[in-house]
Amino acid sequence: MAEVDGDRRYRDAVRETRIAVTDGTLIPDRDEKAIFSAWRISFFGAIALLVILPVFSPRPYLDIIRFIPDGVFRTLQVTVLSIMLALVIGLIAGLGRISRVTVINRIATIYVEVIRGIPLLVQLFYIYYALGALVQLPRLTSAVIAMSVCYGAYMGEIFRAGILSIPKGQMEAALALGMSRSQALRKVILPQTLRVILPPVGNEFIALLKDSSLVSVIAVSDLLRRGREYAATTFRYFETFTVIALVYLILTLFFSRLVAYMEDRMARRGK
Amino acid sequence: MESRVKIEYASKNFGSVVALKNASLSVQPGEVVLIIGPSGSGKSTLLRCVNRLEHLSSGEIWVNGRRITDPHGDIRGIREEVGMVFQNFHLFPHLDAISNITLAPRTVKKVPKDEAEERGRALLKRVGLSDKEFSYPDQLSGGQQQRVAIARALAMDPQIMLFDEPTSALDPEMIKEVLDVMLDLARDGMTMLVVSHEMGFARAAADTVVFMDQGEIIEKGSPAGIFDSPREERTRKFLKHIL
Repeated sequence: MAEVDGDRRYRDAVRETRIAVTDGTLIPDRDEKAIFSAWRISFFGAIALLVILPVFSPRPYLDIIRFIPDGVFRTLQVTVLSIMLALVIGLIAGLGRISRVTVINRIATIYVEVIRGIPLLVQLFYIYYALGALVQLPRLTSAVIAMSVCYGAYMGEIFRAGILSIPKGQMEAALALGMSRSQALRKVILPQTLRVILPPVGNEFIALLKDSSLVSVIAVSDLLRRGREYAATTFRYFETFTVIALVYLILTLFFSRLVAYMEDRMARRGK
Repeated sequence: MESRVKIEYASKNFGSVVALKNASLSVQPGEVVLIIGPSGSGKSTLLRCVNRLEHLSSGEIWVNGRRITDPHGDIRGIREEVGMVFQNFHLFPHLDAISNITLAPRTVKKVPKDEAEERGRALLKRVGLSDKEFSYPDQLSGGQQQRVAIARALAMDPQIMLFDEPTSALDPEMIKEVLDVMLDLARDGMTMLVVSHEMGFARAAADTVVFMDQGEIIEKGSPAGIFDSPREERTRKFLKHIL
């Protein structure tokens, strides 16, 4: 079959575009046997351990498992709120980075450069303690703001790369039909961008889930902090952190599989 | 009668490359103008300047009496009157055929959904694709995609249609289905500016053939005049290559 049609080539190019932002776990695609099998072994192995340990040695494992659920909830809460806010910030930063208005472009670029140059832990302290001197923010709010301002910078680069990966002809076709730039962006470019950026955004989500453990330093009772609280009173450091590590592992592996599943669904849709 | 398109001394440089040099051309209502010439001769650039996808370096272009080279002019209003069909179709891959067609009327002209879709279906029928309403671009052949692209441009009720090598990306067996749609449009009295080397279409539908080389309009005339007895040596040479 000799298919030499342009938009199909573009479409394939778009679908094949992979924006490599590596910090999260590997995304287990069913087609990649080695990773998928490693994923299964780690995921179910971690769950099995988490079941077997309390059965054979309920003290302290069962106590630990009883102690941490609200930490798990808090970790997920910080992660989900932060990723949502980071997406909004990232969209704005990404649009700013490709803006032809010099002032907007500079501001966006400076934001990205500055944020990426400061460790997340320092940003957390800064927003919580330094800004806390000016405005009193609840700990959770500070944590979410710090996480999303930081991740917004990375997200901005993902949006920028995603938007730039859409063939120029798409914008031209929209403009030729009489649409304004912003209409073309909203109706033509961004819907296609979302498809391209899903994998790297999924990666960011998982990286953020892990980095959310940093918020324990500003006294947000997340998973890690709950573990530290338990260990501090019982001195069962080894057992506690074994459980904490296993729970983080199960969470990240679960979400990485979910991202792979969503990617798969997206690739199938509209075919 | 007022020209639909009037181009005066249009010049365009890309850096040090001269893409257009003092090109002047006027297109009357209902006229079908075919632009031919070797690659890099400025044909596409000329076309893309008519709806300001490219900006002229100097010269003026009027569309329906409105000066599009006016930096403060209503370019979007003019673009609504000028439909464009691209070599590589540029359909919106995330939308099905009917949504590709209705997007601009709904977004730009705020036509209600039902009305836009009814008109969209009529246009799909016109290009012979009534059964492809819900097909996505990657489910369509090249010829079908190009016909949807023509329908999409027509949905804005343009008075002028620009065709930028509409059949160049197509397999030979699909060229005819696209040319048939274009012939049908020409017969209906659409004003058309077509960059193409389809001689059959030229003889059947073109009123004027323009030959361009190195950014300049070398000569223009009736299809018979240009193809059978070109005045310029360069035209003769070029025609020998493609005929």
